[in-house]
Amino acid sequence: MLANHLDPLAASLFSLLAIASLLLAFVMLGSRWLKDYMLAFAAQSWLIGILSALIGYYGGYQELYWVAGFTVLFRGVVLPWLILRILRRLNTARELHEVLSTSTSLVIGAAAVIFALVVAMRITDDLGITSNVVVLALTVMFSMKLIGFLMLTLRHEAISQILGILVLENGIFLGTQILVPGMPLMIELVLLFDLLVAVACFGVLVRYLLTQIGSTSSRELRRLTG
Amino acid sequence: MSLTVRLLILLLAPLLVVLLGLGVRRARFSEYLNLAASIAVLLVALPLPFLGGLPTTLLGGYLLVDPLGAWVVMCVAVVYLLSSIYAIGYMRHDVHREAQLPLFYALLAGFALTMLIAPLVNSIGVYWIAIELTTLVSTFLVGFERNAESMEAAWKYIIVVSSGISLALLGTALLYWGGTFVYGQTYQLTWASLAHAAPQMPPVLLKMGFLLALIGYGTKVGLAPMHTWLPDAHSEGPAPVSAMLSGALLNTAMVGIVRFLAATDAAGQGALPHAALVILGVLSLLVGALFIVRQRQIKRLMAYSSVEHMGVLALGFGFGGTLGVAGALYHMINHSLAKPLLFFGAGNAMHHYGSKRIDDIRSVWQVFPVSGAIWLCGAVAITGAPPFGLFLSEFAILRAGWTRPYLWAAIVMLLLLIVIFVAFLNHFRAMYLAESSIAPVEHEDWYGGWRVVPMALSLVPLLVLGMWWPSSWTVLFHTIANALGATP
Repeated sequence: MLANHLDPLAASLFSLLAIASLLLAFVMLGSRWLKDYMLAFAAQSWLIGILSALIGYYGGYQELYWVAGFTVLFRGVVLPWLILRILRRLNTARELHEVLSTSTSLVIGAAAVIFALVVAMRITDDLGITSNVVVLALTVMFSMKLIGFLMLTLRHEAISQILGILVLENGIFLGTQILVPGMPLMIELVLLFDLLVAVACFGVLVRYLLTQIGSTSSRELRRLTG
Repeated sequence: MSLTVRLLILLLAPLLVVLLGLGVRRARFSEYLNLAASIAVLLVALPLPFLGGLPTTLLGGYLLVDPLGAWVVMCVAVVYLLSSIYAIGYMRHDVHREAQLPLFYALLAGFALTMLIAPLVNSIGVYWIAIELTTLVSTFLVGFERNAESMEAAWKYIIVVSSGISLALLGTALLYWGGTFVYGQTYQLTWASLAHAAPQMPPVLLKMGFLLALIGYGTKVGLAPMHTWLPDAHSEGPAPVSAMLSGALLNTAMVGIVRFLAATDAAGQGALPHAALVILGVLSLLVGALFIVRQRQIKRLMAYSSVEHMGVLALGFGFGGTLGVAGALYHMINHSLAKPLLFFGAGNAMHHYGSKRIDDIRSVWQVFPVSGAIWLCGAVAITGAPPFGLFLSEFAILRAGWTRPYLWAAIVMLLLLIVIFVAFLNHFRAMYLAESSIAPVEHEDWYGGWRVVPMALSLVPLLVLGMWWPSSWTVLFHTIANALGATP
């Protein structure tokens, strides 16, 4: 696989981008302002796009340039724009109710990264892979998954929940770029398209939530029990 | 008729309803067009599992028609037709919704279309997308009533299922990575190539990929403890939508789990996956039983019964063996017949009494002498009592578990089924026989044939399947079990 015979420059660039994406996930976890949250997501998508292009360059996968372009376009520009449009319609700019304080959620996030690292090391030991880039890719993939779920559980605003789901998918996208750069182009493009449709559906639902319930906080969603 | 033509009819008929229905925008036109499409779909789908020359791939290898997929398509088609008939009567009830009906039928047909495609998709990545699409379309059906409750249900549904199913995507990515150790960097990850590569794949990736896929698609199937969206979504959508969600949608996600399970079996790594499936099955039965006992709302009662029956399916496939697989497949069609009947009855009762609370639904015998009798038969059927089909299928699954290492699970299943039988029918006893302060309504209001005929249409085959297990089906179940690599 590609990650086994990388030249040092490429390896350090990949690692840098993966770690920067993970840090941006922490920025999201620590931020209460929805707009910052969204900007961090956009920046993360740009980093992943750049990563795709670099992998395409070093690994000789021409089609990854397409993936990179579409990632930047869809995840880095169109999705944030769609979310910004939803955001403008709402009158909430930040999370009003905190389940856990910012520092506590950051510590839990750090614990999630350590857990992800342990799992990643177990897997790579089992496979006999020594490449640090692979361990890192797996760690980032798993920990972004865990952080995404953490954000989904700790946040109440509809926008935060949409962004939480997008972080879940960004993690998978980042991991697959490094681990399986040869994944068929068609799948990746359809996934991007699917994401776009999903966010459009979320947008419509948020509008209904606002008209029917008068709030977009899931704290108000407590009628159905039992 | 060649297979390609059949498939084109299967997929184009609902598509036509979406396009023409939205183009013409006449309520009556949409109703009948949708009904015609669902009849066409059923006519094509019924013989599909029994055709010779399966499995085969079509349309450039994107579609895979194998007996298992065709079986699930048949179940979807049955529910689609029943719901389409019932929807005509049910949706006309609310007169000022007339203008929204074309949209409703377009969504209903679109939902059916995604569910007909999903079991036939060859690529695992595209299957994931198809399942995600079923969620996106059906969210709007769940929220169709546009009141606070249904919006809450729709929001929970889309958030819980989308986040859950992203775990299945992670699992798929790990399995793709596992496949690169066999095929090299670029290949098509199809169900066949996965099963073929599984024996040489690193076991750690195979097992982890399976478990993630199980949790992910298990969310969509409604296996406990990932079932939390299900009672809300099933109880808040219009009754025909509840029937489609429960009778058809859950099966289409179950297919994925079964196919991943077959890959781990092919690799000889099946012990852990089977155990995981059995544990989730037992948990689902337990959650179903606990919530059925204390349930106060009629449609949530049916929804928890769906959790229970998905648990039974998981146990059937988890126990495995020819008998387990055959029992589970038989259970699938029986559940697809019985659950719409129950939701239809609940929809009639809700409209008549103007309430979803079981406490408000009283003296059903006096109010609905005919459809009430059918509804009661459906309730007896769904609890797995003879002489209905679900008795035979649950019995087969129980026998499959009895001789295997999962004897404990089979015993727990039996006990929980008895609890559910008592609790479920106790609610019906109250609704039919309990003394009530409500003055009984003079006489049966037929609610139009549209609302009673589909109930009868599902009861008759249930009764037939309870007394006669067709031998051609036994042959088919053997073929499917062999293809899945189940040991006899």
